[in-house]
Amino acid sequence: MAVNYSVKEEADGHPSGGVGVPGGGAVKTRKPDNTAFKQQRLPAWQPILTAGTVLPAFFIIGLIFIPIGIGIFVTSNNIREYEIDYTGTEPSSPCNKCLNVSWDSTTPCTCTINFTLEHSFESNVFMYYGLSNFYQNHRRYVKSRDDSQLNGDNSSLLNPSKECEPYRINEDKPIAPCGAIANSMFNDTLELYRIDNDTRIPITLIKKGIAWWTDKNVKFRNPTGDGNNLTALFQGTTKPVNWPKPVYMLDSEPDNNGFINEDFIVWMRTAALPTFRKLYRLIERKNNLQPTLQAGKYSLDIAYNYPVHSFDGRKRMILSTISWMGGKNPFLGIAYITVGSICFFLGVVLLIIHHKYGNRNTSADIPN
Amino acid sequence: MADPIQWARYRWQRLISTEGGEGSSSSSSSNKCYQSSKTSGKHRIVIPCLGHFKEEYEKVSKLYMNNKIRTTKYTLLNFLPRNLFEQFHRVANLYFLFLVVLNWVPLVEAFQKEITMLPLIAVLTIIAVKDGLEDYSKYKMDKRINNLLTKVYSRKEKKYIDECWKNVNVGDFIRLSRNEIIPADMVLLYSSDPDGICYIETAGLDGETNLKQRQVVRGYSEQVSEIDPEKFSSRIECESPNNDLTRFRGFVEHSNKDRVGLSKENLLLRGCTVRNTEAVVGIVVYAGHETKAMLNNSGPHYKRSKLERKVNTDILWCVLLLILMCLTGAIGHGIWLSRYSEIPFFNIPEPDGKLISPTLAGFNMFWTMIILLQVLIPVSLYVSIEIVKLGQIYLIQNDIDFYHEKTDSTVQCRALNIAEDLGQIQYIFSDKTGTLTENKMVFRRCSIAGQEYCHEENAKRLESYQEVNSEDEDSADRQCGSSTHMSEWHGHNCSAVNEPLNRKSLHQLSGSYPAPGREDRAGDVPHSGHFAFSSPIETDVVPDTQLLEKFNQISSHSCQQSEEASSNLSLETMYITDFFLALAICNTVVVSVPNQPRKKMRLSSLGRTPIKSLEEIRQMFQRFSVWRLSSSPLPSVKESSSESPSSFVSKLSIFRMKLASPALDGAVQGAAEPLNTDSPENSPVPQELDIVNAAVGCEHNSAASSFELSPLPKLCYEAESPDEAALVHAARAYKCILQSRTPDQVTVDFAGLGSLTFQLLHILPFDSVRKRMSVVVRHPVSNSVVVYTKGADSVMMDLLRTASEGTNNSEMEQKKIKERTQKHLDDYARRGLRTLCVAKKVLSDAEYAEWLNHHFLAETSIDNREVLLLESAIRLETELTLLGATGIEDRLQEGVPDTIQALRKAGIKIWMLTGDKRETAVNIAYACKLLEPDDRIFTLKSQSRDACALVMSKILEGIQKNTSAKKKPSQKLGNVFASPSTQAPGFSAGLVIDGRTLEHVLHDSLQNIFLELTEKCRAVVCCRATPLQKSVLVRLVRNKLKAMTLAVGDGANDVSMIQVADTGVGISGQEGMQAVMASDFAISQFRHLRKLLLVHGHWCYTRLTNMVLYFFYKNVAYVNLLFWYQFFCGFSGTSMTDYWILILFNLLFTSVPPIIYGVLDKDVPAEILMQLPQLYMMSQKSVAYLPSTFWMTLLDAFYQSLVCFFVPYFTYYGSDIDIFSFGNPINTAALFIILFHLLIECKSVTWIHTVVIIGSILFYFVFTLAFGATFKTRNQPSNSYWIMEKHMTDPVFYLVCILTTCVALLPRYLLRVLQGTLFMSPVVRAKHLDRLTPEEQKEAIKRWKDDFIVNGRVEFQATSGSSTFCSS
Repeated sequence: MAVNYSVKEEADGHPSGGVGVPGGGAVKTRKPDNTAFKQQRLPAWQPILTAGTVLPAFFIIGLIFIPIGIGIFVTSNNIREYEIDYTGTEPSSPCNKCLNVSWDSTTPCTCTINFTLEHSFESNVFMYYGLSNFYQNHRRYVKSRDDSQLNGDNSSLLNPSKECEPYRINEDKPIAPCGAIANSMFNDTLELYRIDNDTRIPITLIKKGIAWWTDKNVKFRNPTGDGNNLTALFQGTTKPVNWPKPVYMLDSEPDNNGFINEDFIVWMRTAALPTFRKLYRLIERKNNLQPTLQAGKYSLDIAYNYPVHSFDGRKRMILSTISWMGGKNPFLGIAYITVGSICFFLGVVLLIIHHKYGNRNTSADIPN
Repeated sequence: MADPIQWARYRWQRLISTEGGEGSSSSSSSNKCYQSSKTSGKHRIVIPCLGHFKEEYEKVSKLYMNNKIRTTKYTLLNFLPRNLFEQFHRVANLYFLFLVVLNWVPLVEAFQKEITMLPLIAVLTIIAVKDGLEDYSKYKMDKRINNLLTKVYSRKEKKYIDECWKNVNVGDFIRLSRNEIIPADMVLLYSSDPDGICYIETAGLDGETNLKQRQVVRGYSEQVSEIDPEKFSSRIECESPNNDLTRFRGFVEHSNKDRVGLSKENLLLRGCTVRNTEAVVGIVVYAGHETKAMLNNSGPHYKRSKLERKVNTDILWCVLLLILMCLTGAIGHGIWLSRYSEIPFFNIPEPDGKLISPTLAGFNMFWTMIILLQVLIPVSLYVSIEIVKLGQIYLIQNDIDFYHEKTDSTVQCRALNIAEDLGQIQYIFSDKTGTLTENKMVFRRCSIAGQEYCHEENAKRLESYQEVNSEDEDSADRQCGSSTHMSEWHGHNCSAVNEPLNRKSLHQLSGSYPAPGREDRAGDVPHSGHFAFSSPIETDVVPDTQLLEKFNQISSHSCQQSEEASSNLSLETMYITDFFLALAICNTVVVSVPNQPRKKMRLSSLGRTPIKSLEEIRQMFQRFSVWRLSSSPLPSVKESSSESPSSFVSKLSIFRMKLASPALDGAVQGAAEPLNTDSPENSPVPQELDIVNAAVGCEHNSAASSFELSPLPKLCYEAESPDEAALVHAARAYKCILQSRTPDQVTVDFAGLGSLTFQLLHILPFDSVRKRMSVVVRHPVSNSVVVYTKGADSVMMDLLRTASEGTNNSEMEQKKIKERTQKHLDDYARRGLRTLCVAKKVLSDAEYAEWLNHHFLAETSIDNREVLLLESAIRLETELTLLGATGIEDRLQEGVPDTIQALRKAGIKIWMLTGDKRETAVNIAYACKLLEPDDRIFTLKSQSRDACALVMSKILEGIQKNTSAKKKPSQKLGNVFASPSTQAPGFSAGLVIDGRTLEHVLHDSLQNIFLELTEKCRAVVCCRATPLQKSVLVRLVRNKLKAMTLAVGDGANDVSMIQVADTGVGISGQEGMQAVMASDFAISQFRHLRKLLLVHGHWCYTRLTNMVLYFFYKNVAYVNLLFWYQFFCGFSGTSMTDYWILILFNLLFTSVPPIIYGVLDKDVPAEILMQLPQLYMMSQKSVAYLPSTFWMTLLDAFYQSLVCFFVPYFTYYGSDIDIFSFGNPINTAALFIILFHLLIECKSVTWIHTVVIIGSILFYFVFTLAFGATFKTRNQPSNSYWIMEKHMTDPVFYLVCILTTCVALLPRYLLRVLQGTLFMSPVVRAKHLDRLTPEEQKEAIKRWKDDFIVNGRVEFQATSGSSTFCSS
C-alpha cells in the first residue's frame, strides 16, 4: 500500500523527499516525540530482589503472622463443639433399626441417642446436622433448581426450568419446588433434651435466623397472588416426589413456610464439599447467669427419615459455639504460625547470606 | 460492488484468450503476428475510444479494468461473513468454535451455552475491529485516490475535462501538468518539452527522489503542437499487465502499418509525479489494479518468529496436559460412579429417568472436562501476543535514536510480528556498499593514459570533513580507519607532495585558474539545499595540481596556437580531454538548477557562449585526431610516461613555488585575463567555482574565511547512481562541466573552450551482466561517431584493442598504458576504492550504420528484446581504447566500526557479502573492524571444486592446530568449558572468498566443510558475490546451522538475501527503496542496527518471553484450581466459581497487566545494554526461555494452584460453606497471586503498571460485588448472590486470602531473592550497575568487560546447546 500512502503525501503538498523545494519550513518531520513514555524512560521502580533488600519483609511477615496465628489458634480452641454420629451403621447404635429407611416409608422411624457434655457451652449454641459423602456439589445436582421459581415468579412456578428435569413435572403437574436439590431435602427431625435427674427438659431450638438474611428476604419468595393463603398460591403444583408433604406445609408459621422456610433455604445452599454441615437450629443463651448448655447429660430424639446408607453416607448432629471466625478449625491458626515461623527462619537465613555475600552487591563487585 | 464481478469477467476473458491465442503468439516478430495477436492473451491492444475505433474499442478496451482501485478486503455487506471466514482459518479460533459446539451437546454441557461463546466472541470481535479499522482506513484512502481529479480528453466536449481517477479507462487521453501525479500507466505521446522529454519523480513508487527521464514515443516528439486525440489513429500493442517496473515492451502501429517500438522510457507509471515539464499528454495503457505500481503492491508480509514457533510447541504440551487432566477426570468419574452399588440420589438420572453406565458417563465427562478446563490452552495468548507486538513496534518506531535528521527518516517496522527475533540474531549478513559505507561516492584519484594523479589536495579536504564529523560526534579518539589508512598511502606514493601544504596557497592555486566564460547564469544561485547524491563532500573535488596544469595547457595551447608546444603535449592531452569528456558524458545524469526546482538546464543558444570560435575548437580537435590516426612516434608521450613520478612532482613543486610568490600569481591571473575579456559582465565575479567549492569544503578552517565568496551558479546533478554523480562532479572540477542533457544532445562546457554540444545517438545503459555502460555520440568537432564506455575493470580490460600483429608504436603505447593502468587499478582496489575504467572507441560512419541496423531491430522486437539489446551492446563495445581509470571512495558510514565491534561482542557473527572486488572488500572489512590487523586471513580462491575442498580442509587443519595450541594454557587454568569456537582468546581467523570459488563452495558436497570452516572464523568476507549467491549463502547458514540470520542491505541486489533471512533489514539509503520494500525492518543508518538489536531486540525478546511464560503460568495455575476441585465433587465437572467470573477472570481481570508487562518491562536500561553487548547473548541463547524454564513455570503453577486450593479447603473443611462461598476466596486469592506474581517478575514498575494492577483488583471487586448484588434469580447455575458482600465482612476471608497469597508466592520470591544474591545472572548484575553513580558505573563496566572474556563466555557456552558443528 506504500504507493497509496505516498500518493497521499504528494497530494497533501508535502513532497516526500523534499527535493527541489528549498526551505519549506513548516514541513512535518517524522521525528518521534521525545517523551518519557515513547522513549521508554518512564520513571520506574526497579526492585532488585537481594537478600539485603527483602530481609525486612520476611521479618515483618514473620512478626505479623505468628501473633495472628496464635490468636486464631486460641480462638479456635475456645470453641466448644460436640458431635454425634447417628447414622446407625453400627449394630449397637440406637438408630441402627432405621438404617434402611426409604423416601416413601410412611411411618417415621425414631430413635434416641443419649450423650454427655463434658464442658458447658457458654455462649449461643448452633445446632448443625452434618452429612458425609454426600455430593451436594455434583454438577448436575447443583444445576437442578429453578431460582426464578424459588423467587416467587408465578410463571416459573407453573412452568419450571428445564434444568429441573427429571424432577420438573410429576403426574402432569409442575413440581414446586422443582429439581433434585429440593427433592433430596434433608428431612430428619432433631430434638434435644437435657436430662436432669431423669427428667427430660426440652431445650428450645430456634428455627428462625439460620438462613442468610438476603436469602430469606430477597432470594427466596413465595409466589404472590390474592390473599396470603399459601395453599391457594401453590395451587396447580405438586410436591417433590420424595417429600411427604407439599411445600406450603413445611411449617405452621406463615413467615417460615413455603419457599421461605429456613430449613429449606439452608438446604438449597448447596455445600461445597462432600462432607458438610448445615445449620439446623439455634440455642440462644437465656441469661447471663447460666451457660446455654451446661455440662451434663442430654438426649437427642431423631425422627430418622433421610436415607444415607445407600451411598455410605454418614449423618451427624453437631453442637457448637462460634467465634468471630466461625466454627472450630485449628488449621488456620496453625498455618499462620507455621508460615510466620518459616518466614522468620528464612529471614535469619537471608541475614546470614546477606552478611556473607551481600557486600559485593552494594559495591557491584564482580564475583571472582 | 460491481468490481468483483467485473474482475471475474476480466479474468474469464483472459483465460479464454490465453487458451485461444497460445499457438499463434509465438512468432510475434513478423507482421502477420499482429493480426493473430489481437486475440493473444500475452499482449494487450490499446486503442482510443475515439473516431473510427469506437466499435473496436467497445470490444477490446472495455474488457480491461478501469482505473478505480479497491484495496480493501471487505465491503459493508461481506465484512461479517468474510472476516469470520478468514478468522476461522486460525487453529486457535477453531478450537474455540469446537468448544462452543461441544457445549451445545447436552450430555457434556459444562457451562451455559452463551458463556462458552464469550471468549470466542471477544477474540473475534477484537480481531474484527482491528481488521475493520485497517480496512476502513484503506477504504478512505482508496476513495480519496479514486476521487482525485485529472484532465481526461472528452470526445463530447472536444477538450480535456476534469475527471475522477476512478473514471479513467484504458485508451483515454490524459493531459497532466507539472507536479501532477500520474493516475494510470500511460504511454507518453506529447511533452511540452521541445525535445519530447518528460521528467518524473518516482518517489511514490520506489522512494527514489532523483528525476527519471521519459521520452515521447518516437515519431511524436517532432510534432510542434500538442497532439490532437481526435487525429490519433494508431493502435498500441503492449504486453499484458505485469509487475516488472523496469520493463515495458510494445509498439505503436500507425494507420500506415509503420511500427515504433515502445520501452519503459515511454511509459509514465501510476503514482509518479510529473516534474519540470509543463504539460504532457499520454494514452492510458494500464489502469487501476493492472498498473505496474499496483501489481507491485504486495503489502506487508508475515513471518513467524522463532519464539512463536517455540510457543506453539509448548502449546502442544499444554494440549497434552489438558488431555491428561481430562482423562484423569473421565476415569475418576467412572470410578467414582462405580463405587456406588446403586446410583445415589444426588446423581440425577437422565431426563428420561434412565441412568447411564459409569463408562459412558466417564466418556461424557472427558468432553465436559475439556470445556471446563479449556482455559488451559491459552488462546487469549495469541491475541495478547499480537497486541504486545503492536505495542513493542510502536515503541521501536518511536525511538528517537533511530531518527536520522538528514533524511528525516526513522526506523520502519514493516513486519509486525518478528520484533523478538531481533533479540536472537546469531548471524548478520551485510552488504557493503550503502550499508556499511555511505554510498556517497567521492572521487579520490584517477589514472589517465597510464599516469596516476593522486589528488592529494582532495584527500586533505576530505580529511577535514572527517575531523569536523568526529568533533561533532565527540568521539574524537576514533578516526575513521579508512582515512588514516588512506593518508598513509598517500604519503607513501606521492612523497614529494607530502610536505605540509598550506591550505591558503592551495586555495590560491585552485583559485588562480582562469575562469571559463560562464557569464550567462552567474550570480543567481545560492548554494544551498541538499539534493540526491550531492552533499558537499561529494560535489566538491579539489583538482590535482599536476593534472590541472596539464589540463590547463590545452586551453592555453589552443589559445596560442603554438605548434611546438602542442605537439609537446599532444597525445596525453588528448587522452585527458577524452577522459574528462567521457566522465561528463558517459552517464545518465540529469542537470537542473537548484533554486528553480527541477527546471532543466538548457543552453538556449549555443552561439552566445563560446569564447573562441567554433572553428578554433574544431582545429584543435582535428589536430588531436590527426595525431592519433597518423600514429606517429610521439616523443612527448614517451617522455612523460618514462618520467618517474618524482621528477613530475618536482616540476610541480617548482610550479607551486612560483605560484606562491604574489607577483607570479598575479601574472598567471593576468595571463588568464584575456580569456575573460569576451565577457566583460563576468569580471566582477572574481575567481571561480572551485574556490567556492574548496572553501565550502573547508568551511571550518579559518584560512578559508579570508576568501570573499560570491554566489555562483550551481548546477544540480541528479544521477541514478552515486558513482555517476561523483564522476560528473570530478569532471566539473576540471572545468569540463556537464551543462545540459537532452535525449538528443549533451552540452559540455569544456575548460574555456566553450560549450561543446554532442549529438547523443545512443545510451547503452548499465546492466549487471555487461557491468558497463556506453554512450554513442557524434563528436561536434571531428564529426565522427564516438563510443564512450565506462565499466568495471574486470570486463573492460578484456574489451580493449589488443596489440595484435602490427606492433606499431601506438599499440605498444596502448599496451603500456593498459599495464600501467591495471597496476593503478589494483592499487586503488587495495585502498578500498571503487574502480572504473573509461575507454572510448571511434566508429566510422559505415561501421556505425551497420551496427545501427542491428540495434534498431533489437529495439523494436517485443519478445526477445532484452537479449537482443544486450547482444547489440556487446557488439558495439569492443576494440576499445583505454583512456584511464578512476578510483572512487565510498566512505564508511558513521559509527560502523563501533557497531560492528559491539555486535561481535554480542556474539553475533558478521559476514560481509559484496559484489565488489576482493581487495576493496578486504580493505573495507579492515576499516570497519570486521577484520582486525592481527587476524589471520585465509583466502579461498580456487578454480575447481576439488582444489577448493583441499584448501578448506588445510585451513581447517591450520586453525585447529592454532586453537589447540592456544587452548592448553586455558585448560591449565581449569577452564573446562573452553569453547571450541573461533573466539578462543588470542587467535582469530578471517575468511575471504571469491565469487567464483563461492560457486564451488556452495555445492552440496562442500557445504558442510565450508560451514565448519566459517564457524571457526571470526569474520567471513565474500566478494564478487551475485545476489543469488548472497541469498543461497544466507539460506545455507539458516537451514544447515539452524541459526537465526539477519540480512542487511540497501540495494536491489540485496533483496533476495533480505527475503531469505529470518530477519531482513533494509537501509533506506541512496539506492532507492527496493531493499526497504522487501525488508522487515528499515533503518536509515547501519549504526542503528546496534540499538535495534542490542536494546530493542533484547527487550522485545525478554518481554515477550516473560509474558508468554507468564501466560502459561497464569492459565495453568488458574485452571488447576478447578481441577483440584474435581477430586471433591466426584469428577462431575462442577466449578466452584461462577462461570461468568471464571470466564471473565482471564478476559478482563488479568488480561491487561501481562500486556502492559509485555510492552513496557525493562530488565536492563538501554544505556547499559548498549555498553555491554555481552548481555545480548542472554537472549540470543534463549536463556530466558529454555525448555526447563517452561517446565519450571508449570511446576510453579501447579504448586501455587495447590496452595491456592488447599489452604481454603482445609480452612473450610467440614464447615457449612457452600460452593460459591468456597470458590470466592479461592478465586480472590488466585487474583492476588496472579497479579503479585507479575509484580515479582516485573523488572521495572512504572505508574502504568501500578494503575493497571490496582485497577484490575478494584475492577474485580467492583464487578463481583455488583454481580453478587444483582442477578438474584439468575437461574443458571446456582448463583453467587450476595456472596462477595458477605465475605467482605468476614475476617476469615481476608485471613485466607493473605495466607494463601503469601504461601503461594513464597518459593518464587525466595528463588528470585537467591538469584539476586547468590547466583546472579548477567542481567541481574547489569541491573545492579544501574544503581551506581556514573563514575562507579564506568569503572564497573570496564571491569566487567575484562572479566566477561574469561568468565561470561564460559557461562554462556555452557548453557548454549546450539552449536551444531563442534570441533571434530
